[in-house]
Amino acid sequence: MAYESSSYGGGYDDSYEERPELRYGRDAEQQEPDYDTNFVPDAVQSFVVYLYRYIREKNVYEILQMYELNFQKLSERMFKQSPWPAAEAIAPYVDNDHVFCLLYRELWFRHVYARLTPTITQRMDSWDNYCSLFQIILHGNVNMQLPNQWLWDMIDEFIYQFQSFCQYRAKLKTKTEQELALLREYADVWNVYGVLNYLQALIEKSNIIQILEDDKDGGTNFTAQNGYDFQGGGSNVLKVLGYFSIVGLLRVHCLLGDYYCGLKCLLPIDIHQPGVYSNVVGCQITTVYYYVFANLMLRRYVEAIKACNQILLIIHKTKQDHQASSQFQQILKKNEQLYALLAICLSLCPQGKLVDETVNSQLREKQGEKMLRMQRNDEAVFDELFSFACPKFITPSPPNYDELVNYNQDAYRLQLKLFLSEVRQQQLLSSIRSYLKLYSAIPISKLASFMDVDEPTLRMALLTYKHKTHVLDYEGRIMSNADVDFYIDKDVVQIVDSKVTKRHGDYFIRHILKFEELIGVLESVQL
Amino acid sequence: MNIQIVARILVKALMALPAPDFNLCMFLIPEKLQMEEPFLTLITLAHFLETARFRDFWDEAERNRQILEVVPGFEQAIQRFALHVLSLSYQRLPRLVLAEAINMEGLSLDKFLEHQVVNNGWSVEKAPGGGQIIGLPANEHNYPELKKNIADSIPLEHVSKLFPVLT
Repeated sequence: MAYESSSYGGGYDDSYEERPELRYGRDAEQQEPDYDTNFVPDAVQSFVVYLYRYIREKNVYEILQMYELNFQKLSERMFKQSPWPAAEAIAPYVDNDHVFCLLYRELWFRHVYARLTPTITQRMDSWDNYCSLFQIILHGNVNMQLPNQWLWDMIDEFIYQFQSFCQYRAKLKTKTEQELALLREYADVWNVYGVLNYLQALIEKSNIIQILEDDKDGGTNFTAQNGYDFQGGGSNVLKVLGYFSIVGLLRVHCLLGDYYCGLKCLLPIDIHQPGVYSNVVGCQITTVYYYVFANLMLRRYVEAIKACNQILLIIHKTKQDHQASSQFQQILKKNEQLYALLAICLSLCPQGKLVDETVNSQLREKQGEKMLRMQRNDEAVFDELFSFACPKFITPSPPNYDELVNYNQDAYRLQLKLFLSEVRQQQLLSSIRSYLKLYSAIPISKLASFMDVDEPTLRMALLTYKHKTHVLDYEGRIMSNADVDFYIDKDVVQIVDSKVTKRHGDYFIRHILKFEELIGVLESVQL
Repeated sequence: MNIQIVARILVKALMALPAPDFNLCMFLIPEKLQMEEPFLTLITLAHFLETARFRDFWDEAERNRQILEVVPGFEQAIQRFALHVLSLSYQRLPRLVLAEAINMEGLSLDKFLEHQVVNNGWSVEKAPGGGQIIGLPANEHNYPELKKNIADSIPLEHVSKLFPVLT
């Protein structure tokens, strides 16, 4: 691999093998009674040798097989409760290749996070590893082609470990003195600015935004080749990492509660078109999930509903394909969360025509009863669904290490509180909606007596309805997302007669295309 | 963290209504801080505006002038928002409702109305029981006939699917 090799360091000191957390208690399921991080079983040896060879040969298909299947199988078989052998142990088999060791170590830490609980030193070491890896990719000249799945997982895991660290850091009650000292001393480990900087640097260095712009005009074929670079014999790593960092930024900003900024970061990618993101299923689901959530918090309910509908259809159609994948559980969980978000959006902003039949029937099945209660302003249900469906928010700043309380729930509680106050402000809206549906014109005084409020309160509620249902879209225009609209003439509320206009054009187009297809099939039948 | 600067930013965010800027800022401020002044007052003011309780808003604003005075143009911006919401909802409204919403009365309101009648197409009529009825200019939200009916138009991408069939 052609790159500038920097010194082999990575933040490890010599006492790597002597670290106390590597001395595990005897586990009856383990094969070796004395766990030795330097012991490399034959299976692992052949795994790393083959993986190294495939990476050198740029054999993307084989790399993907090893990464997806073999790594999981070996983990399942041999390392269920213990980490893989240390990177130093396998280094001799791969010519001590620096970049390979960084990649291997990234997998090593991912395994620890997935199967075991990482210690604070391991968390910090993982941060150092990511720093080294990204430094090499940004400033060195890495010449590899890695599968998109792996590159997406790298970014995904990077942000997941950041999130996990913030949660861990905020739980001060059960920390030892040693841990607190380490946290105080190494304040820039998993620092929010550091994380954001790396993601931003990947985007800028790879020039991905310009590439996506050129793609639209047909200048480059980044999307057409799914990010891979077959002609120049070049590397897809930097560009594709830059691409996935766009999604990464959206996710980090949503975790911090900055939804507008997150959506702005996502602008280069058009989620209504297929693209590189839609070829990695984890990426597609994550992107649309955070897009939906951000729009929900910005009160752009129609956008959220449309995106939710789109992704739920896709998951429904492709669920079976991923049953064998390691990410199947994740996909199912996100599926449930998306249904919960869809239920919330539809209760706050009923829309008849945006939701597909399949999605609608699933929704009724899973959330039908909850939706009825939400429409009757049952705040507890909003609370429950929001808490289930929301991402794990984090507080970016380090806590006050002198006060030993658990801070990790703070960010989540804040978002929940603000969401519920928004729901409360919209309390009268659903009853207004139901009354307006029954009338074509009704005097304010009569409506006030029906709703059991006085006239000024009703006027204010009607204005609130108008304000909440007319939102600003991207260009700053006012768009109405009300299904029932009205205007007030002096003292009478006139409801707008909304007829469902039949869309003849679409109907004809659909059938013309269907018949053409049929004719084509008939012509090809040989009698 | 400089509380003064944050407070000023929040006042600017209030002035940006109907954009959701104020809510977005709220997501970023820790809960504990939100319970202290001046944030508590600003949150109350925002709540009044979001639920169209203009009378309560202007009363509270009067009591807390020192927070709001630091940003010039605050009153005008809120009046602009109030007029925006009113023109979404009303075709014609009693003078009292308008006066309450933009916190103007008497001579200043008369002058304001005159200005609007001349420049922006408002109308003022006499109501049967005394008082006045103000007519707001027509837009697609309070005069639904003006709403362009997009349901009948077919976007080009859909028709382009037919081109292979036609040739």
